Amino acid sequence: MLLKRASDIRSSEITPEAVYRSRREFLQTAAAGALGAYAGASLLSDDLWAQAAIAGVKKSPLSTTEATHTWEQVTQYNNFYEFGTQKSDPARYAAQLKVKPWTVKVDGLVTKPADYALEDLIKPHQLEERIYRFRCVEAWSAVIPWVGVSLADLIKRVQPQGKAAYVAFTTLQRPSEMPGQRTSSLDWPYVEGLRMDEAMHPLTILATGIFGKELPNQNGAPIRLVVPWKYGFKSIKSIVRISFVEKMPPTSWNIANAAEYGFYSNVNPMVDHPRWSQSRETRLGSFVKNKPTLMFNGYADQVSKLYDGMDLKKFY
Amino acid sequence: MSAGAMRAVKVLVWAACIWPGANLFHKAFWGDLGVNPVETLEHTSGEAALVILLCSLAITPVRRLTGWNRLQSLRRLLGLWAFFYALGHLSFYILFDQACLYWSDCQLNAVVDDVMKRKFILSGMVAFFAMLPLALTSTKGWIRRLGKRWQTLHRLAYVAGAAGATHFIWKTKVPEPKPFIYGGIILVLLAVRVIYSWRKRTGEVRKWGN
Repeated sequence: MLLKRASDIRSSEITPEAVYRSRREFLQTAAAGALGAYAGASLLSDDLWAQAAIAGVKKSPLSTTEATHTWEQVTQYNNFYEFGTQKSDPARYAAQLKVKPWTVKVDGLVTKPADYALEDLIKPHQLEERIYRFRCVEAWSAVIPWVGVSLADLIKRVQPQGKAAYVAFTTLQRPSEMPGQRTSSLDWPYVEGLRMDEAMHPLTILATGIFGKELPNQNGAPIRLVVPWKYGFKSIKSIVRISFVEKMPPTSWNIANAAEYGFYSNVNPMVDHPRWSQSRETRLGSFVKNKPTLMFNGYADQVSKLYDGMDLKKFY
Repeated sequence: MSAGAMRAVKVLVWAACIWPGANLFHKAFWGDLGVNPVETLEHTSGEAALVILLCSLAITPVRRLTGWNRLQSLRRLLGLWAFFYALGHLSFYILFDQACLYWSDCQLNAVVDDVMKRKFILSGMVAFFAMLPLALTSTKGWIRRLGKRWQTLHRLAYVAGAAGATHFIWKTKVPEPKPFIYGGIILVLLAVRVIYSWRKRTGEVRKWGN
């Protein structure tokens, strides 16, 4: 498989720690420090410092050298319908979710099925920082420094059987802590899936952090999928189950509206969403939707081989 | 209703209509429009247009129920404010979503494409272009010039309301309560109007006033 090295420049040189935090947050933090009573007014920065740092993270040559977005942009504007349909809902309501302890069930066509404590699932693998472009199906995009492990490494460890052709993922269902699940905006629990070769691709990771810190709840804590060449909703959050299956598994947005969301949902400027064009996107921070969307979100060199001979208009 | 009370109502209506726009200006000035500012501008202006339009359509039924005939003068005020927000909403879409803020990025054929291919965009355009002639003919001069035809023309307000609510319903990714509530209100207002004109024909409601 052709793997294009993104750049020789280390990502740390391009995106220093200071860029991670917007100036505004920095000022708010300073203000909060000076006026302890105002801590409540600077939720954003509290949030930033409250997240524990992750140790032993290696840089990755698969990272983009583009400047990352800020902590605020990445954590205050989320689609996570388990907490509500508004972009501000996850940041507002996700704090009530308890993510410790956390267990992930690995089952299906696999040699080593088990209920793994999150730590045991992750520990054997190298944590890497992966700075990826993130493209939402709603035509906005961001650059996010994830921390995670290669899904391929984990799959090899649990040894899927020969018949396993797909990997199915399930999000936690806990309406008492996820208010959106008390509505019927989607069928709960949220489910997603990948073809085995997509799941085994080196770009595909299970993320446990952003900006070198543990994932905030609104970003899919404590463990989520990240598939950078697909629309964001494929990157399922707060995973409790990973199943190896023979047939293409159902996926939540496809169940909700099959005409608008396919199983593959690869970023593709040539295939419009029925209700809006996918040819351009709004980079968060910009007012104008004038950034041309790239095939496979700019990862075509690495992933287009997976879809050789497929009609991507049909398999959208 | 006294003239004094009516003046107070007018002040309140002005304040309520200015509020969403003033709020947007204030947030824009302080860089506080959120992570996706254009989305904030579009959602706020679109919803303001729809809500104010619904209010303008509710004036006549409320006036008939209460007999407060002075309320009638609020229709033009509300209608023009609704049009103002709709104009803002459309401008944000053209300038930012279709990137026409930068001439080199602006593809007018993309706008045409959007309208032709997408019923969600089409319904929004129908709502706007139904309001446009109403705003243009809202002056005393045009009311006089058009005579009876003015009233017929201004029934387009219902088309605008229905198209606006539909635009909102078709816009959401999953069914959400709010757009359906607005759609329901439009249906109720329309039903009231139909029932009224039917009763008027059978002579039952002369005592309600015109």
